[in-house]
Amino acid sequence: MSHLPYLAAGWIVIAGLYGVVTSRDLIHAVVCLSVTQSGTYVLLLAIGYRYGATAPVFSDRPPHGRPVTDPVVQAMTLTDIVVGATVTALLLALAVQVAKRRGTIDPDELRSLES
Amino acid sequence: MILQLTVAVPVLVAALLATAGRWLPRLAVDVAAVLAVAAVAALAALTLTRAPHHAQVSWLGGWGPATDVGIPLVADPFAAGLALITALLTLAALLFSWRFFTEIQAIFHTLMLLFLAAMVAYVYTGDLFDAFVFFELMSVVAFALTGYRSEEPSTVHGALNFGIIQSIGAYLTLAGIALVYARTGQLGLATAGRALAGTGGGHGDALVTAAFVLICTGYLVKASAVPFHFWLADAHAVAPTPVCVLFSGIMVPLGVYGIARTYWATFAGLVPLRAIAVLGAAAALLGAVMCVLQHHIKRLLAYSTISHVGLLLVGVAAHGPGALAGTAYYLAGHAGVKGALFLAAGALLNRHETVDEHELRGRGRGMPVTGATFLLGALGLAGLPPSGLFAGHAVTEHAAEELGWWWFTPLAVVASALTAGAVLRVWLGVFRGTPAEEDPARDGRDHGGQDHREGGHEDPETRPTLRTLPWTMVTPGLALLIAALLAGLIPGGPVGAAAAMFTDRDGYAGLVLDGRVPHPHSTPADPWTASGVAGFLVTVLLAALIAVYAVRRRASERTGGEGVLARAAAAAAGRLHALHSGHIGDYAAWLTAGVAVLALLTARF
Repeated sequence: MSHLPYLAAGWIVIAGLYGVVTSRDLIHAVVCLSVTQSGTYVLLLAIGYRYGATAPVFSDRPPHGRPVTDPVVQAMTLTDIVVGATVTALLLALAVQVAKRRGTIDPDELRSLES
Repeated sequence: MILQLTVAVPVLVAALLATAGRWLPRLAVDVAAVLAVAAVAALAALTLTRAPHHAQVSWLGGWGPATDVGIPLVADPFAAGLALITALLTLAALLFSWRFFTEIQAIFHTLMLLFLAAMVAYVYTGDLFDAFVFFELMSVVAFALTGYRSEEPSTVHGALNFGIIQSIGAYLTLAGIALVYARTGQLGLATAGRALAGTGGGHGDALVTAAFVLICTGYLVKASAVPFHFWLADAHAVAPTPVCVLFSGIMVPLGVYGIARTYWATFAGLVPLRAIAVLGAAAALLGAVMCVLQHHIKRLLAYSTISHVGLLLVGVAAHGPGALAGTAYYLAGHAGVKGALFLAAGALLNRHETVDEHELRGRGRGMPVTGATFLLGALGLAGLPPSGLFAGHAVTEHAAEELGWWWFTPLAVVASALTAGAVLRVWLGVFRGTPAEEDPARDGRDHGGQDHREGGHEDPETRPTLRTLPWTMVTPGLALLIAALLAGLIPGGPVGAAAAMFTDRDGYAGLVLDGRVPHPHSTPADPWTASGVAGFLVTVLLAALIAVYAVRRRASERTGGEGVLARAAAAAAGRLHALHSGHIGDYAAWLTAGVAVLALLTARF
């Protein structure tokens, strides 16, 4: 297994973080957060991958067939996607509320909460 | 079976209230929620009494340790104790909100129950990935609770900051968990720990260090170590007051629990904890200084939480059963005191529609119980014997001295004195001061013009239609306060034994995988040391000086006298305020820097 998938996962996480840091738009920031999370999908799948292996579906698999990729990380990725969907939906709803109440979704124009 | 029920009962009642809540009368919803929480408290108490002697482990779905993919729920005494504290705080918060909210839908109770379930499950889980899932569930419910009054601009802004920062941390935690799995092929805390101990040869390599740093990042964001702490004050200032009780009392300390559990069950001896000590000490100091600078009472209490949880982190980083026993006392005492203080702040909000210290000046004279809560709470934060904070301070101090950490005592004294001084100042101003009604324009000028109003009038999450405070709003706070002030009387023997059990990696693996309760050699924790009492006296003296100085200075500001020193202090305070900008990009940048510092301090070169 080459290092490339791990580098790609790290790159995606860092790209997402960079997006959040420089964001001028809260919707953009929330989407960048999803990008960060996508890095963890890639990382998980890369960990379970094996060259020459097939999908971990056991119902029609002959007893001594090809090896399968690790199903545990795939289950984790699915759970991760569900968690991510929840978080993104809630944060987008909050961003909509910010737009309604403050009239802007530019973080630079939101006043500090520190009184 | 008990462990599953502890998690399942609140989830089931929450589902019921979410579907049927809109047709049920308010009273039925309240009663159902309170009963469910009381049931959880009873189950947790039962678990706590049984945990020292019988293994409280259950493998979900019958997938036992032999199958290699099973997921356990495990309750050692500390975990059961934390579950009990969580349930009691939720009970207090729900009873308080009974009359506090004039209008509330059943969805609030649903969220509170889910929050409780997620926290209890997070405490009990013996699996790394499940810990992440429950951690995220807890966070998502917390975002929703923070943004509950979504018609308020600052509320949604605070909730959004909280959500984004917390989620970045959680995803980094997941990446760390993935690295552990990549190395060991295991997700159980115990099984992964065994596998890591077998391969490392005493020291963790780069991958183990990276995994620990990434896992810790998410937990440190929750535990609000510097520089991950920015979300906390934003969220606490805007969340409904009963929810703040749970945030400060238990949710934030659960981040500390996560680090301690992951370290001792999985990484013990493989990575150093000095990074946790440094970031925790920074939080203790910065939180205390920011606490003194606040006049919005909820924000003030939030910064005091940052400071005290920083001390908890230092206690965990001190890396031994003695310090951990002290940290447990400290956590219990802090949860009760901070819960009582937030409820008292809620009572002020209910009577006067504001939690701004200046606007409240002298207006608390008709509220003796609330005033007493603030006074006793301040003394409790300073470590009044026999409170949990006193015992925690004394026991941890003893352990730190044995490590040669001479700086721990001064740090703890300064942090406690500053936070206690700030709360004492509130008490002096609000409950002992004279109302400053003769000149309403002056407030605005003193504190930065138009911005000042921001912290002032809260939109009524509660309306002062009540002639006197009902018992449901007084009793929960009093009960929490009394429990916290007596928490130091919990016998040191069982606490010491529980700490020894917690810090024993092989014992934990034996408990989870073989069902054997470990009985490692332990020394009972002894809070009643002379230096502990002396520490309290010094702390309370400093706190009183700080409070009196602050009140005097405010009075002299009115007459217009200002020296060079005062101007320099004001400039420094201005810089600190500006740092906490509420800008999500800044917060994310600080978080990234924090990960780098954490990695540098944890790596062995």
